[in-house]
Amino acid sequence: MKILILGAGQVGRTAAYHLSREPANEVTVVDTNEDILRDLQDRLDVRAVAGHASYPAVLEAAGIADTDVLVALTNSDEVNIVACEIAHALYRTQTKIARVRAPEYTTRAQLFTDGALAVDVWISPEQLVTEYIARLLSYPGALQVVDFADGRVQLVGVRARRDGPLVGRELRTLREHLPDTDTRVAAIYRNDRMVRPAGDTVIEENDEIFFVAASDDLRRVMAELRRSEDPVRRLVIAGGGNIGFRLARTLEKSNQVKLIERDPRRARRISELLENTIVLNGDAADEELLVEENIDSADVFAALTNSEEANVLSAMLAKRLGAKRVMALINRPSYGELMEQQSIDIVISPQTITIGSLLAHVRRGDVVRVHSLRRGTAEALEAVVHGTQDRSQVVGRRLEQITLPSGASIIAIVRGENVIMAHHDTKIETEDHVIVFLSDRRHIDAIERLFQTEA
Amino acid sequence: MRSLLGVLNICSSLLTWFALYFILPIVTALIYGEVAPLRGFVVGAGIAVLGGMLVRLATRRYRYDLKSRDAYLLVTLSCLLLAAVAAVPLLIDLPGLSFTKAYFEAMSGLSTTGATVLSGLDALPHSINLWRHALSWLGGMGIIVLAVAILPLLGVGGMQLYRAGAPGTVKDAKLAPRITETARTLWFVYAGMTVACALALWAAGMSLFDAICHAFSTMALGGFSTHDASIGYFDSPMIEFVLMIFMLIAAMNFATHFIALRKGNFAVYRRDPEARYMLLLILASVVGIAVFINLNAVYATPFRSLRFAAFSVISVATTSGFVATDYGSWPVFAPMWMLFLSCLCANTGSTGGGIKMFRSLILMKQSLREMFTLVHPQAVAPLKISGQVVPNGVVYSVLAFIFLYFITIVVLVFALLISGLDFISAFSAIVACINNVGPGLNVVGPGNTYGALSDFQNWTCIAAMFLGRIEIITFAVLFTPTFWRK
Repeated sequence: MKILILGAGQVGRTAAYHLSREPANEVTVVDTNEDILRDLQDRLDVRAVAGHASYPAVLEAAGIADTDVLVALTNSDEVNIVACEIAHALYRTQTKIARVRAPEYTTRAQLFTDGALAVDVWISPEQLVTEYIARLLSYPGALQVVDFADGRVQLVGVRARRDGPLVGRELRTLREHLPDTDTRVAAIYRNDRMVRPAGDTVIEENDEIFFVAASDDLRRVMAELRRSEDPVRRLVIAGGGNIGFRLARTLEKSNQVKLIERDPRRARRISELLENTIVLNGDAADEELLVEENIDSADVFAALTNSEEANVLSAMLAKRLGAKRVMALINRPSYGELMEQQSIDIVISPQTITIGSLLAHVRRGDVVRVHSLRRGTAEALEAVVHGTQDRSQVVGRRLEQITLPSGASIIAIVRGENVIMAHHDTKIETEDHVIVFLSDRRHIDAIERLFQTEA
Repeated sequence: MRSLLGVLNICSSLLTWFALYFILPIVTALIYGEVAPLRGFVVGAGIAVLGGMLVRLATRRYRYDLKSRDAYLLVTLSCLLLAAVAAVPLLIDLPGLSFTKAYFEAMSGLSTTGATVLSGLDALPHSINLWRHALSWLGGMGIIVLAVAILPLLGVGGMQLYRAGAPGTVKDAKLAPRITETARTLWFVYAGMTVACALALWAAGMSLFDAICHAFSTMALGGFSTHDASIGYFDSPMIEFVLMIFMLIAAMNFATHFIALRKGNFAVYRRDPEARYMLLLILASVVGIAVFINLNAVYATPFRSLRFAAFSVISVATTSGFVATDYGSWPVFAPMWMLFLSCLCANTGSTGGGIKMFRSLILMKQSLREMFTLVHPQAVAPLKISGQVVPNGVVYSVLAFIFLYFITIVVLVFALLISGLDFISAFSAIVACINNVGPGLNVVGPGNTYGALSDFQNWTCIAAMFLGRIEIITFAVLFTPTFWRK
C-alpha cells in the first residue's frame, strides 16, 4: 500500500515508523524541515520530500497520483484540510485522513460528511488522549482500557497485586471464582516477557495481565486480580494544555478537579472556560503548592504538560507526597518503560494512542480498530469478517482450524449485540467482529491477509 | 459652562416634545367633561412649549454635538426639569397643594416610585389621575432607554457589562445596531405589554379607565392607584393575580422579552440569570412570608395569608408598591424583608429600581471569591455569572456603586432623623424611595401617604427617588471637579 504522510512531527514520525516496518507498505513523508527529513531517512526506510504540504506540486513530487492513503498530520488544521481537498480535487485519492485539532471544526459533524470537506477521517490526538485518560480513571487500577465494537467489549491491562483473590492460583480457577462472568485472559506479561496463558498458568504478583470482558463485567474481573479501589473523586491535573484542559472539562462535573498551570495568561484563560475546576497558577513541581492543595488526599495526580521530564518529576514528587495514583504523559517509549516499573503508576503515551486510531484506517481487510498495547510492543485489533465459506479463510471454521501466526490469538467475537469469548470450538460466521491479540507486530500483514476475502 | 448650555439646548427640545404628552390628560378631560382641570393642563403644555422654545433660542449658539460625558448632565437636568413642568397642572388644579407636594407627586410619577402625597384619590378628576399614571408610564419608558442605551454607554456602576457588543451576560442585548433603533424596539414591547395588561385588567373586572391607569403604573412598576385603598379597593384575587404576573414581567429585562417574543422561544428566560434568581428569591420569600404571617395569625385562613403574602411580596420586591392589604400591620420582619428584596430583585433593563439583580449577584460572587482565594492563594478565579466572565473592572464599579448606594441611604436616613421622624418611618421611607417602591412603614406606611411629612422631609424623599432612579453615580459624578475641568 502506498501511504503519504504530511508533516514529520511527533505523530507523523511515529506513524512513519510503524507503517514502514510493515513490509507491504511504501511510505513517503513530506515536511518543510529538511533536517528532520534527513534524520528520518537515516533511520527509516521511507521516501522524503521537502516542501509545503498542501501545494499541488509538492504533493505530485511525493507521488500523490498513485497514493492509496493520504495522512495529513502537519501542525496546522487548515493545511491538513486543504491538502485533503486538493488530493481529492486533483487526484481522487481514495482515503484521506487529517489531523484536525480545533474543536471549532470537530464539533461540526456536518463538515465531515460526504460532499462537505474532502476529509474521510479526522483524528484529534488531544481528544483521543483525553478520552483514553477519562476511561482509565473510570476503572481505577487499570493500566490500559481499550474499546472494541463501540464499547461492547473492552480489553484491559491490569497489574496483579497480592491482595487479588486469584493471585497465586491457576488461571482455570477464575471460572469458579466468577461463575456468571464470561471473560478471557489474552496475555500475561511477567518481567516484560510474554507468558502464554493456559489453564494451569499460575498468576503471580506483579504480572501484567490483559483480559477481555463485556464492559459491565470489567470491574468484577479486575477485583479478582487486585483489591478493588474506590472510584476516583479528587483529581489533580498538572498542565493546562489542550489535554489537561479537555480532561478537566470532561471530569469537572463528576469529580473534584484541580488544575495547575504555570503560565498566568493560560491559567486565566482556562479558568474562564472551566466551571467547577479550581485553576491554580503555579509550578506543578512546587512542593509547597502541592502540599497546600492537599496532594496527599488526591486519588489521582495526572502530569500532562508538554514536557516529559517535567511530567516525570512532578509525578514522582506527587507520589512521594502521598497522591494515591500518579500518571504521566510520556512520549518516548524508553522513558515509559523506565518509569512504569518505578514510582509512576501509569504512563500515557499520546503517540501510541493516536497511532492506534490512525492504523485502523490504514489497514486492509476491514480492520476497524487497532490499539497499541504496552507502548507499542503488542497490538490488539478488531476485524470484520466478510464473505462466504468458500471465499474467506475464516468463515464457517472453528477457531482451532484457523492457523494464526505465532504470538497471535483470537480472544473474543462480537456477533450483533452478543459478546462471545473465544473457545477452541467457536465457529466464526460472516459479519462477526473478531478481536485479535498480537504480541508480535511483525505478523500484522499475515493477520490482515487472513481476514481479506478472496476475489 | 459651554457644555451646560449645550445640554440645556437639548433639554429644551425635550421639553417641547413633552408638551405633546399633555394631549393625553386634555383628551381625558374632554371625554369626561371636566372643564376645571383643563386649565392646568393647557397652562402646563404652554409652559413646556414656550419654555422649551425660549431656552432653545437662548442657547442656540451653544448647540453642539454632545460628548458622551455630557449625558450625565443631560440625564440629571432633563429629569429635574420634566418633573417641574409635570407638577404644573397639579399645582394649578389642586388648590391647597404646595409646590413641594406637587413636585413630589410629579417626581414620584416620573421616577416610577408611586409614593403619593395626595389623599382622596377616588374623588380626583379623571384627567388628573390619568396624568399621574401617564407620568409613571413615561418614566418607565425613559428608564428602559436609560438602562439599555445610556448607562451601558457610560459604564455606570458596572453597566458597561451591558454595553452593546461587549461580551457579557446578555450577549443578545444588542438588539439593533443603533441606540434609537434599540430604544424604539423596546418601547414597542413596552407599549404592547401595557395594552395586554390593560385588557387583562379590564377582563378581570376593573373599569376601562382604572384598567388603563393601572396598566400604566404596573408596566412602569410605579404603584400609583386611582383609589386611596390602592388594589385593596377591588378586593379581587383575579385582579391581584393579573397584576402579579405583569409586575413580574415588568421586573425582567425588556431586552429578554423582546428576544423571547421575536424568536417565539421562552428558553431565553432560563438563560437570563437575573430573571432566574429573581423568580427563585421571590418564590422562596412568598412561601416563607405566607407561612410566617399564617403562624402569626394575621389572617383567618391560610389562603388569605398566601394571597396577600404573594401580592405584597411581589409588589414590593419588584418595586411597584401596590397595596392590597395593610402589610404595615404585619409583624415587622415581613415588611422589612420585603423592603430588603426591593433592593435586590429588579432586573437590569426593567422598569424596577434598586441595586438590580445583576449587581447583587456580582456582589455575592465577589464575596465568595474572596473567601475562595483565601483557601487557595494560588487559584485563578475569574468571577462568572452563568458561565460568562465578568471583568474585574466591572466588579470594581459594582462595588463602588453599592457603596455609594448604602452611603446615600445612610445620609438621607440621618437627614430624616434630624427632622424628627421616627427611625422605622425614616429608614423605610428612604429605602422605599431610593428603590422606587413607594409605601414605607409607620407614618409613610401602606395605609398612609407622604402627605403627612414636612417640606424638608418631602424634599429628602424626592432626592432619594431621584438618586435611586438615575443610579446615583450619574448624579454624583457632576460633583467631582474633574467633570467640569476642561
